[in-house]
Amino acid sequence: MNIIVCIRQVPDLIEELELNDDSTGLNREYLKLGVNEFDDWALEQALLLKEQHGGTVTCLALDTPDVDNTLFTCYAKGADKAIKIEGDFANGATSHQAAKLFADAIKPLPHDLILTGVQSVEDLDGQVGVLLATYLGVPHVSVITGVQVNSRVAVVRKEYAGGLLAEFEVDLPAVLGIQAAKQAPRYAPISKVRAMMKEKKIETSISRDGTVDAGIAIRRLFKPENGKHAEMIEGDADAVAARVVEILKERGLVK
Amino acid sequence: MSNDVFVVVEHLKGKIGDITFEMLGKAREIADALGGKLNAVLIGDALLAAQLGKADAVLHIGEPMLANFTPIAHKNALAELIRARAPRVVMIANTSMGMDLAASVSVSLDLPLVAYCKNVRVEDGKIIATAQLYGGKLLADAEATGDQVIVSILAGSFSADAGRGAGAPVVEQVSVTTNDGGVRFKQLIEPEAADVDITKQEILVSVGRGIQNADNLPLVEELAAALGGALSASRPIVDNGWLPKSRQVGKSGQTVKPKMYFMVGISGAPEHLEGMRDAGLIIAINTDANAPIFDVAHYGITADLFDVVPALTEKIKSQ
Repeated sequence: MNIIVCIRQVPDLIEELELNDDSTGLNREYLKLGVNEFDDWALEQALLLKEQHGGTVTCLALDTPDVDNTLFTCYAKGADKAIKIEGDFANGATSHQAAKLFADAIKPLPHDLILTGVQSVEDLDGQVGVLLATYLGVPHVSVITGVQVNSRVAVVRKEYAGGLLAEFEVDLPAVLGIQAAKQAPRYAPISKVRAMMKEKKIETSISRDGTVDAGIAIRRLFKPENGKHAEMIEGDADAVAARVVEILKERGLVK
Repeated sequence: MSNDVFVVVEHLKGKIGDITFEMLGKAREIADALGGKLNAVLIGDALLAAQLGKADAVLHIGEPMLANFTPIAHKNALAELIRARAPRVVMIANTSMGMDLAASVSVSLDLPLVAYCKNVRVEDGKIIATAQLYGGKLLADAEATGDQVIVSILAGSFSADAGRGAGAPVVEQVSVTTNDGGVRFKQLIEPEAADVDITKQEILVSVGRGIQNADNLPLVEELAAALGGALSASRPIVDNGWLPKSRQVGKSGQTVKPKMYFMVGISGAPEHLEGMRDAGLIIAINTDANAPIFDVAHYGITADLFDVVPALTEKIKSQ
């Protein structure tokens, strides 16, 4: 079974996000990027399926800053092939663009199953997995927390609210938007990532068809209003604890 | 193209979700501002049409294959209807089901999509959608460059009551071509019985990834016990297998409304907020002073949970 995992680098939310001059995007000059966490779960699900059924795992990513490190980490975890898609991503890529680029890169590759994170913090114009499936003309199911593959079909579990699950049978090839794998993403030691940098090569792919227009224009980005901002409790741990107990007492929540 | 607004009705197990009424209330405003009609698109269960009085009409698709939600079959039906009627705005819930519909209709019909919307308005005849980005840290005002647009709406953005109308709307039967597109519904699987029903607890201490590893959980468990409450969690804790799924609060977990929700090391991603924003009293501890949770919490503490939680447990025990 040939599995492809689409991985994106997204801004690290621990860092302060700075806007560009006209507030229509992020100032990307010093932006710290990291792997979209759901894509990490998608890779884990792919590696688990490979362990179970054999086959290959190919990781695809757009050529954004630090992506080599991410792709060598994929190798260190057990991926068989890593491909980066070349292009101008200085200002990021819309979900439609990313999905189209992934679709063009995937078409010539052998593929039975394509996994990607269910969403990312940059999905202004929709989830990449569903967009990608539609460009490829293959089935998709999102918000997946369970995958079993039997011959040419996958039986998948999709999450609804309140812990309810829906089970679907999906003809392969298909795209699945992964919410969580059966186990947490495995850890790749730095030493192994370094070894992969010497041993493995990252292939490159150039988009043949160019990109698409998502059809939306951002007028402005802005921070949510802090009208309802919490009353902050200051002081050392004991002072904070004392104030919290006072609040709870006022409300009759502790005696 | 018309000036009509479509709201795609989301329902499960014979019940229309609140998000649909939220969308109907907002769509009523948009349709009135545009001078168009508000049409509810109901795929499946015909009996639910009677609850959609806020709409001018219900477009009902009743093909048996579409009785249960399936991503491609429902997308095909919806796309066919949108292609034929060309509404100005299509509203879809940004939920597990809606995520599969909105993006695929967008590519199938080459229509723009603004996802994760918190608001939609008409300004100088244009549709402006406000979307939530970067885990709630930023909002974006986005505008479709063409005439039509699909917006997917985050639950909790509008009043559901505003979308409940008493009138009996006209129901128009619409026939579409059905095709499962390679995805077949098999069954619904109910959640496993919970050790503790967190939806019935008056006090919840909820823990997020700030707790770092499973070995630190007893720290918060002790606080929950001292408060006479139970332990709940955000998604990463459950995905890592540190607590059972029944303890998860949020979009795909439980919706809780305790008297107090004490949040430890949870940043406040929109998916989590969806499940707890109506708690009576929300107190949050987080090391990041800019964490979105401080916009929702009543009281905030910017501190290391490993200092504050033991001190608080001690203090409560000594009362």
